[in-house]
Amino acid sequence: MMHIDLSSMLRQTLSCELYSNLVTRPTGAAVRTQIEALLADSRERSLTVIDFSHVGMIDFSCADEVVAKLLLHYVAAERADREAYFLFRGVTDDHWDAIETVLERHGLALVLETDDGARIVGMVNDGERIAWEKVYELGRAGAADLATALGSRPDDAARMLDTLHRRRLLMRLDDGYIAVGGLGEAHA
Amino acid sequence: MTSVITVPPSLDDHTFEQVVEQLASVPHDAKLLVDARHTRWASPYGLTALLTLGQTREERASFAVPEAEETASYWARTGFFTHAEEIYDLHGSVPKARGGESSVLLEITQVAKSEDVHEVVGRIQQKAQLILSKELNIDAKATVGFAMTLSEICQNIIEHAGRGGFVAVQTYTYRKRLANRRVVVIAVCDAGCGFRQSLESAPGFVRNDRWDDAAALEAAVIRGVSRFRDPGRGQGLAGVRRYIGRWDGKVSVRSGTAKIAIVPSWDDDVPLAEKLAPFPGSQVQVTIPERVSGGPRQ
Repeated sequence: MMHIDLSSMLRQTLSCELYSNLVTRPTGAAVRTQIEALLADSRERSLTVIDFSHVGMIDFSCADEVVAKLLLHYVAAERADREAYFLFRGVTDDHWDAIETVLERHGLALVLETDDGARIVGMVNDGERIAWEKVYELGRAGAADLATALGSRPDDAARMLDTLHRRRLLMRLDDGYIAVGGLGEAHA
Repeated sequence: MTSVITVPPSLDDHTFEQVVEQLASVPHDAKLLVDARHTRWASPYGLTALLTLGQTREERASFAVPEAEETASYWARTGFFTHAEEIYDLHGSVPKARGGESSVLLEITQVAKSEDVHEVVGRIQQKAQLILSKELNIDAKATVGFAMTLSEICQNIIEHAGRGGFVAVQTYTYRKRLANRRVVVIAVCDAGCGFRQSLESAPGFVRNDRWDDAAALEAAVIRGVSRFRDPGRGQGLAGVRRYIGRWDGKVSVRSGTAKIAIVPSWDDDVPLAEKLAPFPGSQVQVTIPERVSGGPRQ
């Protein structure tokens, strides 16, 4: 698992120790480019923690670059060669307004690490949320496990797992799925 | 012959129109004297707009500084003369800026590149938190939204103006309009290409019969249209509008010959003014009033 401290990356990007705010689109684009360069060297399946803990604030333009475009790069494209997953850490109310806005704008969702585990936020419907939470709770699940847990048909459960995987909210392993931020993160 | 532009005694976003109207008949390359000798008060918008006026001149203009010692001294503390001496030939007694001005959250600052926005946001955060919570009775958490608003408006200059502009943030008391309530005001002015020309540079742009400065402002400010095809663009001003709405604030944007405003109930400005005298670039003003009770509007 890779850990990216956005505050450190910001300071490297700007070559300045004084700034702790993720503001402006060019700054966001530069930070995202650095993240993508790091991921280019990663394995075919990777989980990266994007850590906001030491970021003062983020504005809409920067959030669009650092969060939305980063996710879009790995979610929208059918990238058979590489599966990149992201877990967002240290996101506070000071960051949330901007992040929520760009997730809504692009119809995206992500997994937030919280004090008591992880949760999905952004544009998800009730069915997706319930299914994700069930997989998170189960630790590792296939279509049959999810169908049993939700009382749904196996093919519906399989479609839901596939949808959540395509959105990079679930990681697909050989023998099932695990939630990003769930038990499996240590194996990524 | 030198054309003389008289600055009104009280200079704000409304009275600056008198300056622009006088300017309309003066050729760009004419000699110009901006006469502020009898000006007693200026808002951050007025001061930053005066600087951009100087930037629009082909020949370096002259500027007669306010005669009132108190006014000139205050303008010095806002940083006005530091920039004005780069733009104008100053005439009259220019006081040295001594000490900070407590009502000035951010003295007039030039914004030309991304790093300037970092500087502006970094400088304002701590002071803004204090002012918003202590003076304006606004939750300290609103500071982040305030800094985001400032950041997005400043970025407009970098992304669209094509040249640098000026930003200033100040608190003062609205005696008439808000019955002595305090407000914090952000003013960001540039003399760049303006909204219409910026949107016209969009790939595939097609002009229609109704296309003018007002239509461009409506598109950009209300509908979040951007000159970029990137669907992530246009969120900045939308975010500013949301923040303004939450805190019962006002935002107005002037560009070219039009001005658009999101007008709260406490203000009587018009939502859209057209056929104004032309002035280059864009001039933005955000006003957040003191809360009389509790949190944001739902």
